Amino acid sequence: MSTVTMLMQLGKGMISTAEIFFLTLLFSLPLGLVIAFGRMSKRGLVRGISKFYISIMRGTPLMLQLLVVYFAPYYLFGLNLRGYRFPAIILAFSINYAAYFAEIYRGGIESMAIGQYEAAKVLGYNRAQTFFKIILPQVIKRILPAITNETITLVKDTSLAFVLAQAEMFTMAKQIAAKDTSMVPLMVAGLFYYIFNLVVAFVMERIEKAMNYYR
Amino acid sequence: MEKEKKVLLEINHMRKSFDGLDVIRDISLSVREGEVISIIGPSGSGKSTLLRCATMLEKMEGGELIYLGEKAAWEENGKCVYAGKSKMKDIRKNFGLVFQNFNLFPHYSVMKNIIDAPVSVDGVPKKEAKERAEKLLLQLGLSDKADAYPYQLSGGQQQRVSIARALALQPKILFFDEPTSALDPELTGEVLKVIKELAKEHMTMIIVTHEMQFARELSDRIIFMEQGVIQAQGTPEEIFASDQDRVREFIGKFQS
Repeated sequence: MSTVTMLMQLGKGMISTAEIFFLTLLFSLPLGLVIAFGRMSKRGLVRGISKFYISIMRGTPLMLQLLVVYFAPYYLFGLNLRGYRFPAIILAFSINYAAYFAEIYRGGIESMAIGQYEAAKVLGYNRAQTFFKIILPQVIKRILPAITNETITLVKDTSLAFVLAQAEMFTMAKQIAAKDTSMVPLMVAGLFYYIFNLVVAFVMERIEKAMNYYR
Repeated sequence: MEKEKKVLLEINHMRKSFDGLDVIRDISLSVREGEVISIIGPSGSGKSTLLRCATMLEKMEGGELIYLGEKAAWEENGKCVYAGKSKMKDIRKNFGLVFQNFNLFPHYSVMKNIIDAPVSVDGVPKKEAKERAEKLLLQLGLSDKADAYPYQLSGGQQQRVSIARALALQPKILFFDEPTSALDPELTGEVLKVIKELAKEHMTMIIVTHEMQFARELSDRIIFMEQGVIQAQGTPEEIFASDQDRVREFIGKFQS
């Protein structure tokens, strides 16, 4: 296979990789906040369920979670869903990453000084205003480095979608490598992941800098 | 004869304990419009808890809390109950609180710290809130700091901003919880000066403080607290000439 064809194919895979990446972030970042609230809930049951959820998501392989999410509708309900492959991948990645994000949010929220809540209360802010105007912006600044870490891991984890034969970059690279009996496509894919992450790191650094207007 | 001033705050038989330790034991107090009251006493005497219960940051366990005739908390079947959410919102508007360690919002500029609550809580138009804030900043000598962030200010400046933030909501009573205790000695003066100016304008204030000389100069009434009760109260002259041993001992420590 010519280099150009190989790059074209890997490029196509890259689009799928990017889709998984962005959609996962889009869903897991807000979902993580919801789970963090559950984890900090005053109700023991809610707290227990959230804790259990997080421990399962963090304690089992993401690759296995992908398989379970994809095959569960069939084995549990006998459903043969058409076009479920891609949604299953997004779902599995989102619920997995949400668990990690939840713990990051929790750490950030719990690190806030009680005085911020008290000042907001005396000034008359309601609970939602206190959280979204006063607490969350400061939490985001604090947790950004940890979020960057997870985000970079996510770029590389998208390659796990190969277990469901999703035509993302790693799957493509493996196919070409097998056909051509060559390591080159895999190395090139590695380079692409690295460049992707350089961009991610650059963007996150810019966001961190933008939030440095206060201490 | 002078007309009786309106009672703004009435505390009746307030009680509060932490882990079985009685921190406030039956305190009653009423505050009239324009009064400046200083609360003094040794650490652990319950001064700050009294303030935190009065501003509803802590829930009291017994007694009554009444702002301008509206009951915020009262006793029912031996338990302390608080008013409902919407009524509570109105009652809160009556007072402001200045914290020992300022508790400014670090991600907001000085201006935004001052106008955000009036705008997003009270619905004051932004333009009006800004004009109000500019007046306050001028009054507190901070006009050039409107766009600064709290971390760029000295402790004294931060505390003055937090006073401005509280005043921006136009409270009828302003509470101070040891407003100068977190400040370097050379910065306490600028904050005390601001409080004195407010006293001249007849702002009703309740101040927990360790600044004896300040309390003496400024207060209409000084309350000496110890072990969760009011041990003595009176005009500064009365308190500083007190014949009660504990009061003399306590004040003496600060004057040596």
